[in-house]
Amino acid sequence: MIVFLIALIKVVLALVWLLLLTLYTADWVERKESAIIHDRIGANRASIFGLRIIGLFQPFADAIKMIFKEDFAPSFSRKLLHTIAPFLSFFFVAVTIAAIPFGDTIRIGGQTIKLQVLDINVTLLFVLAMMSLGIYGVIVAGWASNNRFALLGGIRGAAQLISYEVALGLSLIGLIMIYPSLKLSSIVHFQGELLFGFIPKWGILLQPLGFIVFLFAALAETKRVPFDLPEGESEIIGFYTEYSGLKWGLFMMTDGMEIVIVSTLITTIFFGGWQVPWLSADGFHWPWGGEWLISHWIVVILQVLAFNLKVFFFCWLQVLFRWTYPRFRYDQLMDLGWKLLIPLSLVNIVGTGIIMSL
Amino acid sequence: MLRALGYFIEIIRGSLITARHFIVNMFFHILKVLGIKTKRKGAVTIQYPEEKKELASRHRSLHRIMSREDGKPRCVACMLCVTVCPSECIYVEAAEDPDPEIQKYPAKFVIDLNRCCFCGFCVEACPEDAIRMDTGRVEIAEYDRQDLIYDLDKLIG
Repeated sequence: MIVFLIALIKVVLALVWLLLLTLYTADWVERKESAIIHDRIGANRASIFGLRIIGLFQPFADAIKMIFKEDFAPSFSRKLLHTIAPFLSFFFVAVTIAAIPFGDTIRIGGQTIKLQVLDINVTLLFVLAMMSLGIYGVIVAGWASNNRFALLGGIRGAAQLISYEVALGLSLIGLIMIYPSLKLSSIVHFQGELLFGFIPKWGILLQPLGFIVFLFAALAETKRVPFDLPEGESEIIGFYTEYSGLKWGLFMMTDGMEIVIVSTLITTIFFGGWQVPWLSADGFHWPWGGEWLISHWIVVILQVLAFNLKVFFFCWLQVLFRWTYPRFRYDQLMDLGWKLLIPLSLVNIVGTGIIMSL
Repeated sequence: MLRALGYFIEIIRGSLITARHFIVNMFFHILKVLGIKTKRKGAVTIQYPEEKKELASRHRSLHRIMSREDGKPRCVACMLCVTVCPSECIYVEAAEDPDPEIQKYPAKFVIDLNRCCFCGFCVEACPEDAIRMDTGRVEIAEYDRQDLIYDLDKLIG
């Protein structure tokens, strides 16, 4: 019973964390950061009783607007699939949050609780699998709209996601060779060890090339601006042309959620997850000798904070990319995927193998 | 592949430029929040309804009809502005003035702002300097077209 209760609380907390962060990255950070890059101020008018606080209520205003908009489905669409598609893409991205470790274990009254919803043996594969299944949302949306442009958008999306899926998987193989298991929690534990006795053994130091390939492939997976050929909001017509209201909002939420999920993945795999450099379960152990012991709760809070900070940074970085680059042409997109990223990741695998066998 | 690697470096440089913009602007925003006054601002935005940009001295804003010392309009109903107006938005109806120096005065002087293109030709054409476009009023939107037809009472400044 208590195990069930704890699991339920964990699921709810993880989902609330994900949705809030998504709402704020996809809306508030996106708007404000682009504004600051452009020397503007950005959305700051949404207010409650005249209280504005730099536009922090803007996401809620947008959400309320989205909910009350007309939910229009064209008469020629396939109704069932048309309704299911946004939920498909939303669900498969949302479910990946279960595999992400937010922190180490906490101890409350004899209970040891992992700060992770689902700690199975193949969490890394689970995340990759769920992210690939998300493609179905795109294809089904394009197909069920029964509109040529939407269908073409869906096909573009499918082609792009499938080709970058290859690079995404291959870029991680180097790491899988180094790390002891596919469990994200033990991957994070492994990254707490020290390299040459003083540098934290984070994945970025072990696999810099793998990180670059993973970053670009993951950016392509999020279907955002440098790689936004599936939707192409501004001029080419994309797979959610026939959607409006909350269903369209769900697609936008999925976009934002993919940013957050990719950030958590990069953090967990390449940047030590919840690890704070030189902090172990009982306190800091400095590499130059000496230690600073702190209590269990402060350690947990520091670790969760470190995880959140890293995730925020990568969300920020992805928004920065969106506001820097123009969209790829389709052949350039395929070139980057098949001719650059996949060979690079293969080189990375071979190089890692050679170094490991030495 | 080598060329693609060259592009890669340019791509990274591009994001460094936007990151620099972000960091510099953010620095000035934080200084502003802390209450430190700097010459440079984080954003060039003017928060419009609260603060307004100063109009240039030659800016053509809403028209006004100048009046004489006794309060009557300076206009002598010569119809030059009506003639020159490219949007044909001025309507003047002349009436006889008892004063032989003036001879005519406008019984009706109507500007249809729905049609006015704010070219300022009427101001240039006027021999009596009776019409000017220097009120500084630029927010003249209305919900009803009828409200945008300004007659002499509204125009006389």
